[in-house]
Amino acid sequence: MDYILEMRNVSKRFGEVQALHPVNFVVARNEVVGLVGDNGAGKSTLIKIITGYHQPDTGEIYFNGKKIEHLTVARARELGIEPVYQERALADQQTLWRNIFMGRELTTQAGLLDVKKMRQETRKLMLESMGFTSAAVTPESIVRTFSGGEKQGVAIVRALYFKAELIILDEPTMGLSLSETRKLLDFVREIKRAGKSCIFIDHNVFHVYTVADRIVVLDRGAVAGEFLTKDITLESLMDKMYRVAQTGSLD
Amino acid sequence: MRRRLERIKFVSKEGKTMTSHEDPAVAVSQQRRLLWEDGLTRFARRYGLQIGIICVLLVIWGLFIIGAPATFLSREIYAAFMSTIPFFALIALPLTLVIIAGEIDLCFPSIMAVGTLVFVKVFEATGNLALAFISCLTTGFLTGLLNGAIVVRLGIPSLVATIGTQFFWRGVVLVITGGHPASLVPVKGTFLHQVLVGRAAGYVPAQMLWTIFVAVLMWVILNRHKFGAHVYLTGDNRESARLMGVNVARTRMMTFAIVGLMAAFSGLLASLEVNYFWVTLGEGYLMKTLASVYLGGTSAFGGTGTILGTFVGCFIIGTIEAGTVAVGLSGFWTQLIYGLIIVLSVAMHAALNRRLAR
Repeated sequence: MDYILEMRNVSKRFGEVQALHPVNFVVARNEVVGLVGDNGAGKSTLIKIITGYHQPDTGEIYFNGKKIEHLTVARARELGIEPVYQERALADQQTLWRNIFMGRELTTQAGLLDVKKMRQETRKLMLESMGFTSAAVTPESIVRTFSGGEKQGVAIVRALYFKAELIILDEPTMGLSLSETRKLLDFVREIKRAGKSCIFIDHNVFHVYTVADRIVVLDRGAVAGEFLTKDITLESLMDKMYRVAQTGSLD
Repeated sequence: MRRRLERIKFVSKEGKTMTSHEDPAVAVSQQRRLLWEDGLTRFARRYGLQIGIICVLLVIWGLFIIGAPATFLSREIYAAFMSTIPFFALIALPLTLVIIAGEIDLCFPSIMAVGTLVFVKVFEATGNLALAFISCLTTGFLTGLLNGAIVVRLGIPSLVATIGTQFFWRGVVLVITGGHPASLVPVKGTFLHQVLVGRAAGYVPAQMLWTIFVAVLMWVILNRHKFGAHVYLTGDNRESARLMGVNVARTRMMTFAIVGLMAAFSGLLASLEVNYFWVTLGEGYLMKTLASVYLGGTSAFGGTGTILGTFVGCFIIGTIEAGTVAVGLSGFWTQLIYGLIIVLSVAMHAALNRRLAR
């Protein structure tokens, strides 16, 4: 199997708390993996290890089959691992173009910002990928004026623009309205169509089930089970999730 | 915008009620008008605060001209402004970056004194002006960087950290000098003195030219350089900036270092202007400088602010003292008027911000 990401026996402890027992976790190329689990199941710890935010205590991480020794945020980014965090993704008081190019500003040969180019690229992205057709939205628009779904869209488009290989969506539907959620799920399908991979973390199994190829259930810092969405019905998945939450075992 | 377009219904020539979408000619003219209006609101949104503060300056200036025409229509008062305002403007400009980054610096008055003390000591020891000058700037940069390091590396709120270092460096100056001032008369007439505080064309103080230069430089750094972009992002949402790969720690530390550098520079200029180094150098600048930045529309919460705003803010603060006395009020009025203008202007910014952000 062609894995874009492979984690073997990765664990993490914070002081007294074993946030993550040694787990194995893989993402195949062009696969959307849903990561579900209750609060404290270890979802965010796992994600923060993948994005280089935390260093694992044990285990190995392979990206495109190559072992990555010391994964930092910058290194993860170079590799094309791109987290999209709800709320924390954008700088609210800044313009759209500043947000699109956040941390990766284009510069001219003189070392100054290429504001013109960044505005142009932003306009192009707005029209082609973000679905902003309203004349009221321009690259100069302040992001604070956008709706929650629009902000998520901006963050996902930003990730795709920068050639992300593996996009990580952390609770992207939180606080979104029904139609906004649908828009967001379309963005996730867009990731799949673009040939990229995605890890989709959500409390809501309904959302995950509709877009994920495979669902990984985490519980108390360990992988409780994995299912291909084509092999399992939503009902039996729900059943198993409730059972895990209550008893700690799937069956 | 889209919603507004759809809502515009009108009666066509044939007497039918239709929306603007249905008649292309009307739709185009409507759209053009709305786009123009839109462009106007966008312009107001982008530059509203800056326009606002410029208006405040013009109103105050107008009042002073009406109240004291003899003073405010003469060249002398402007020469005076241009010689004194730069001493805090030179610090307020880089301080804008610190505040946009979501931090605060109260230490700079003491850095002014430390920098000039180093200048005096190195000059006394070596007689080398250039070396003394460079030592002064280096000291400022390093003390500023130390502030940044204390804030960032030790995680101490900048308000607390810089209150501490402000006392510390003032203490260092007092201990080393024993409270005695030092004469800078030997520097007078040198090339350095001419360049820093001479008079261009016999009228414009060099420090004013330096202030304009620093203002342009700070504008470029803030608006056309990666560092400035990162300053905005850091102040707006530190966590997201970090997640997007912005070196937040370095950005925050550098803003403090730049203020330190400019504080030492300004302290030296202020001392050379009077040919004397007083150990109290910098005292009295703290509130004026901070007020200039906030007056200019920079948000105390970080994330927004402009160099133009600060520049104008400095001139508002700088003219009030002379203006109050010139219009015939006693000097006791100045603080009251400072307070009034600061509170009113900041309230104006808050109101504009709320209206324009929508």
